[in-house]
Amino acid sequence: MVSATVSEVTAAAAPPIQVKKSESRSLSFHYGSFQALKSISMPIYEKKVTALIGPSGCGKSTYLRCFNRMHDLYPGNRYEGQIMLYPDNTNVLNPDVDPIEVRMRISMVFQKPNPFPKSIYENVAYGLRVRGERKRALLDEKVEDALRGAALWDEVKNRLNDLAFNLSGGQQQRLCIARALATDPEMLLFDEPTSALDPIATASIEQLITELKAKITILIVTHNMQQAARVSDYTAYMYLGELIEFDATDTIFIKPKNKQTEDYITGRFG
Amino acid sequence: MSDATAVKIQKIRELIVRHKRWDVAFGIVGVLALMIGVLTFVALFLDMLIDGAPRLTWDFLTSFPSRKPDQAGILSAWVGSTMVMLVTAVTAIPLGVGAGVYLEEYAPRNWMTDLIEINVTNLAGVPSIVYGLLALGLFVYQFGLGQSVLTAGLTLALLILPVIIVATREAIRSIPAAIREGAYALGATKWQTTAHHIIPYSMAGILTGVIIGLARAIGETAPIITVGALTFIAFLPEAPITSEPPFVSFEWLMSGFTVMPIQMFNWTSRPEAAFQLNAAAAGVVLLIMTLSMNALAIYIRYRLRKSIKW
Repeated sequence: MVSATVSEVTAAAAPPIQVKKSESRSLSFHYGSFQALKSISMPIYEKKVTALIGPSGCGKSTYLRCFNRMHDLYPGNRYEGQIMLYPDNTNVLNPDVDPIEVRMRISMVFQKPNPFPKSIYENVAYGLRVRGERKRALLDEKVEDALRGAALWDEVKNRLNDLAFNLSGGQQQRLCIARALATDPEMLLFDEPTSALDPIATASIEQLITELKAKITILIVTHNMQQAARVSDYTAYMYLGELIEFDATDTIFIKPKNKQTEDYITGRFG
Repeated sequence: MSDATAVKIQKIRELIVRHKRWDVAFGIVGVLALMIGVLTFVALFLDMLIDGAPRLTWDFLTSFPSRKPDQAGILSAWVGSTMVMLVTAVTAIPLGVGAGVYLEEYAPRNWMTDLIEINVTNLAGVPSIVYGLLALGLFVYQFGLGQSVLTAGLTLALLILPVIIVATREAIRSIPAAIREGAYALGATKWQTTAHHIIPYSMAGILTGVIIGLARAIGETAPIITVGALTFIAFLPEAPITSEPPFVSFEWLMSGFTVMPIQMFNWTSRPEAAFQLNAAAAGVVLLIMTLSMNALAIYIRYRLRKSIKW
């Protein structure tokens, strides 16, 4: 395996003006005896979109799900290394850090739209309800803000009490984005958010992501290289659980340093 | 069209005809298998209905048993069955749902949990008379609850507990992982996820299991005889609601009782033919009770599933 050393990758990719929101340091991950991630070190810059690309099974979703400790839900999983969250220098993976605290700071949007079988309003308000918020006026306000932020407000403002399942697939995914935004997270994780959507719905989600990065740090897994090129500022190419190359998206797509990355980008592989 | 093509098409058609014979053959076998089950039930039910119909009067429902067959009724039996079912439901539902939710959502995955799971499944196959013996020793003698509505209700609750646990677990498992992960990803605790999502979304399946369990319990005879149900009762348990404060009374729990299947059993063992007709009429009533419970289960499932699509 020809892989760039960690120091080279991070040094090359970190223009001094960028502020790190998060960073993985020698992150390894094991599903039982299978090692899915091999010592991945990589920065996540504040208010930028970082895309994770690579062939199926390369570990990009596994990597993403480390950031909100989703793997804690299932037995037999083990993390090694650190994921630092700035500015407070919290190691997300520290066993003393409650995963619930992490998930309250870092929201996630899943591969398939997964609204709860509740009303549109209750879906968006759920994160706030979990935090014990009961004031109707405040909930109303936050729900509206989140739906506006997810570019869904105009389509649903007259039917907030309808079931979320009655929305189209693209609308459901934007609802899930609104649900994730309602609690003002510091970082948003997207796990192939458009893989279950048609091209028009995909375009609207991509548009939304580029708008959201003004306010929030975004990490997105995508199997679609054009999508990574369109929406991201930084791109990481992963293969078989290793980080092959991390750099500014333009660099990765125009003059990648690594032969493997180039082969993947140009479609000769994967 | 060339001859070769015509021959080829001809061959394909012959092949299809030959293969479709099997469709027809299996269809016939299937219908026969179904008919044997359905027709047997219909025949039994009609036979019982014809025998019992003349006795199915309002008086039959509102009279106590009697030595005179034409004056005997099932008042104490259906009231007893209802009260025993009430105790069974109130005990078995929280215990069974709680255990099912715990096993699915909370229990650590280790050999201990595996052992408990295997045993719960096995418990569903324990003959009901064994539960009766257990209850006789435990509830009647050890706890001194006597041969009461409470004892019978608790016994049947034990009997249907595995059914409710298994139904709860299956209902929970049918919830997609993405929904559960969605709740956790928003920072919900285990309990919040369970209370706001897992239990509401699995309610249809849980209630179906509960009612199937209760429908089984209402027809149980052996364990109820074992714990000492009476066969001839000419009184009703105390009313649960009273006119004086505190307006509720729990004395009915300790009352002697009989239930529908025991009343039927008692009548069928009488030599007089007229009592057989009473038994048939009581059988019709018991069957209607069971079928309405099942109908309720279907209705509830339909209502609750309307908002859930996965």
